[in-house]
Amino acid sequence: MIWNSHYESMEREKLIKIQSERLCEMVDRVYRKVPFYRKRLDEKGVKPRDIDHISDITKLPFLTKDDMRDVYPFKLLAVDPIDIVEVHTSSGTTGKPVVDAYTRQDISLWSEAMARTLAMGDTSRTDSVHNAYGYGLFTGGLGVHYGARLIGANVIPISGGNTARQLAILQDFKSTVLTCTPSYSLYLAEAAKEQGLDFKKMSVRVGLFGAEPWSEGMRREIESKLHLKALDIYGLTEIIGPGVSSECEYQDGLHICEDLFYPEIINPKTGDVLSDGEKGELVITTLTKQGTPVLRYRTRDITYLNHEPCRCGRTAVRMHRLLGRTDDMLIIRGVNVFPSQIEEVLLRIEGIEPHYQLVIDRREQLDNLEVLVEMNERLFSDEIKNLERFEQEISEGLYSALGIHTRVKLVEPKSIPRSEGKAKRVVDKRQL
Amino acid sequence: MKLKQISVFLENKKGRLAEVTSLIAAEKINIRALSLADTTDFGVLRLIVNDPDKCFDVLKKNNFVAQQTDVIAVEVLDKPGGLQKILDAFDDTDVNIEYMYAFVEKKSDNAIVIFRIDQPDRAIKVLEKNKITVLSSEIISKL
Repeated sequence: MIWNSHYESMEREKLIKIQSERLCEMVDRVYRKVPFYRKRLDEKGVKPRDIDHISDITKLPFLTKDDMRDVYPFKLLAVDPIDIVEVHTSSGTTGKPVVDAYTRQDISLWSEAMARTLAMGDTSRTDSVHNAYGYGLFTGGLGVHYGARLIGANVIPISGGNTARQLAILQDFKSTVLTCTPSYSLYLAEAAKEQGLDFKKMSVRVGLFGAEPWSEGMRREIESKLHLKALDIYGLTEIIGPGVSSECEYQDGLHICEDLFYPEIINPKTGDVLSDGEKGELVITTLTKQGTPVLRYRTRDITYLNHEPCRCGRTAVRMHRLLGRTDDMLIIRGVNVFPSQIEEVLLRIEGIEPHYQLVIDRREQLDNLEVLVEMNERLFSDEIKNLERFEQEISEGLYSALGIHTRVKLVEPKSIPRSEGKAKRVVDKRQL
Repeated sequence: MKLKQISVFLENKKGRLAEVTSLIAAEKINIRALSLADTTDFGVLRLIVNDPDKCFDVLKKNNFVAQQTDVIAVEVLDKPGGLQKILDAFDDTDVNIEYMYAFVEKKSDNAIVIFRIDQPDRAIKVLEKNKITVLSSEIISKL
């Protein structure tokens, strides 16, 4: 089902006209209202009057993750603070979190984008949406919530955790739509098996999975274990949260709500815009967002675009499922983690040398982060309890910095491979 | 009289313990007593040897994390209640035993217990007061 065929199946020419109008209006607005953007545009020698067509977007400066930290918390605000009705943030794992401040209108546009996403899985008023994305500052939970509300479906705001209760409710409430991270869906499948529950007998027919990268192989596994159709959804706090793009029933690329979020693919080194089919960094501009509008945000996600109309009837451009990152960010259980943050925590602890390694694994369908730390004479003690206390100190430090549990493992000195130049800090064993 | 114990950090990996013992054997160092405390991932090997300084050097040269710690060796009558007498002596004081292990002496009927104690000097005083023999490192290395 297409939620909004007017926009999602619009003729290209007409869409370009709308995108152009929206871009002009947006650039004009941020130039007037956001000193940060005015300065950026002035530095580039661009005035709002130079923007007349969506293709003029290339004249605009990029916005990077570092910029996002500099504007913390509200320097991107383009409206009177009184008009903000809700705030969400990223996990803030790289220091300052990214803040997304929503006006009433932004919540409507987010609901619209998420209704389109949910409708890709044929969600309608008759459905019950079991929403196991976390509720809170994280955008996942409430994003799905608002979309389901707009559709008029019954939303079950179970949030994350408590797997036994998730399964009981999934079964008892006869939910038809499941929303969570792909790895958690497999965890649910495993737990169901252990409890003697059969997903075949449950009513769930479609799952909308996102917030972490996954693969075709994982899709096949999810579909066969949970007996549902698994769709990939994509979004990020910087833009709106989930709802930026999602797969339709043909599972052949994620349709971007491009009347709201304008995508470009660039060469991450030169910044040049690439054509359809060419892999590069995804850059997104919010065309209608009011609270914290985003101009050419470099997502660091690697993908490519396809403007061919889809069999589903939508003309909205499709992006390939994510192919990687331009930086070293790891996504662990849906949480963004940078190796540098872990290093920071480790080096704050007296006596630790910068010899560590991160090993990521997927055990029982859940991401597992193991932090190997080399023992040395300053840290060593003949008493086990001191060593265990030390391990605990590290993992508590990591938990408070990253918000995820890690397993700290003390290893012998020189057992972590040294290499010329950049050390091999990360071993990702996940088979995605 | 305090005694030097060598402790070594070992990952729980096949062959690691054998590497330590072969290094020590190659230097003709004799192990008098040992204990291995372990967790899931790692262990701490504690050794009483005839030449602790040499043993420590050899291990360090081979990239092992090792440490020397003062411990106390006490002779215990090899009969029921032997150990109890010592523990009772400690019990009335604020001396804490971190861990201990024992071995049997060949030349006599006695067992030797190694104590790792938070305040070794104080422990020695307590023992002497209770007329319990604390063994010197010379005696241990000649056993």
